[in-house]
Amino acid sequence: MRLAGGDLVAIEDLDRPVIEELLESARGLIPAAEGKVAPRTLDGKLVAMAFLEPSTRTRLSFEAAVQRLGGRCVTIADPAATSIRKGETLSDTIRMISSYSDALVLRHPRSGAARLAADVSDRPVINAGDGSHQHPTQTLTDLAAIHEAHGTLSGLRIVILGDLKYGRAVHSLIWALALFGNEIVLTSPPSLRLPESARQRVRGLGGRIQEEPELAQALAGADILYVTRIQRERFPDETEYRKVAGSYRIDPTTLDGVRPGLRVLHPLPRLGEIAPEVDRTPHALYFRQAFLGVPVRMALLQAILGGGT
Amino acid sequence: MESGPARELKITPIRNGTVIDHIPDGLALEVLRIIGGSGLHRNSTVSIAMHVRSAKQEWKDILKVENVEISDRAANAIALLAPSATISIIRDFAVREKHPVTLPDRIDGILRCPNLECITNLTEPVETSFEVVHHRPIRLRCRYCDEPVTDFLPQLP
Repeated sequence: MRLAGGDLVAIEDLDRPVIEELLESARGLIPAAEGKVAPRTLDGKLVAMAFLEPSTRTRLSFEAAVQRLGGRCVTIADPAATSIRKGETLSDTIRMISSYSDALVLRHPRSGAARLAADVSDRPVINAGDGSHQHPTQTLTDLAAIHEAHGTLSGLRIVILGDLKYGRAVHSLIWALALFGNEIVLTSPPSLRLPESARQRVRGLGGRIQEEPELAQALAGADILYVTRIQRERFPDETEYRKVAGSYRIDPTTLDGVRPGLRVLHPLPRLGEIAPEVDRTPHALYFRQAFLGVPVRMALLQAILGGGT
Repeated sequence: MESGPARELKITPIRNGTVIDHIPDGLALEVLRIIGGSGLHRNSTVSIAMHVRSAKQEWKDILKVENVEISDRAANAIALLAPSATISIIRDFAVREKHPVTLPDRIDGILRCPNLECITNLTEPVETSFEVVHHRPIRLRCRYCDEPVTDFLPQLP
């Protein structure tokens, strides 16, 4: 696979065959992710987790992925306990960490941090979320969930609801959905619409993008409803956040009359966007989606660290 | 008081250095900001002629920098603001090279990223870097955060 020894900074680093290959590999790794078999493809490999911004799922699923494949991790889970607090630059931190490990997984609050890390690191860098820029492994996870639900990644009507402005998961996802040729319907509060730059990047890829402010309209005929959280931490000020916080909520009533096959995804954590009652409907797929983050990251680590698929 | 024909106040030729001609009317100071990033005017006299009538009877600005042959990198970045500009390298009063500016594929270290959340706006030892994604009109994209840039003047240092 072309990823061997390479970085994954943005979802655009992958082309369609590579994405398909990764997802196929991930499907094969589900029993290993469940602990039923124990492949040793990362035996002797040390992967550094530099999480310089809070994370639960992404960090734990990466750590689980490494260890399920027989590798080991060194982890920064709290930047407050590191020299970054003392004012060390990211460039210096990355050079040091990359010399200690075989690959580096980075989460950082600033956009573009992953590209910078890839530039200075001698080892492969995987972007685990950089500011409001990109979150490519979340996108691979989302695609795995969509494929599991519908058996395809193309020709679907996919509604993306919520914070389309600051949501890095959305920015990566829209590109991939367009690449595979889907009908993308965007529903968001007016102040959180998809930035023009994100729209420009997908122009010419295929697929169709439309905006539909009315959720009920958007959901008509939809195969996937992708809900996102409004991210308080990305807002320049609290007043702006309060204006839009709680402006949408999915409950079982919202889903009355949707296609029976519609599945609800969410990169999690959720606040109030999806009522807990939805969890008990056949539409809820977000916890399965979170689990699929493990085999997907296993497939990626294997491809990059050359453990073979 | 001086008598006779009016004294020529146009800029005199330079012995060695760089002449940037055909700058769009009124943009000479901004072009100077682009090439000034390398600290060139520490050892050089800079002459600026603004609102000069060109041979084609259009208005233009001219910039002359003595004793410095500006780098290709700076010269090419001029194309962001003045795509029609020409660069002449002068040695001993003679034009040794003359060429139009050409927009490169990448603009490194000249502009700031307009995205304040971009890692290049933090105190990292890193040069900004923009890919030219469209030529007419010129559109750049930050190599780090993907932010698009179409308005270059506010991003000059």
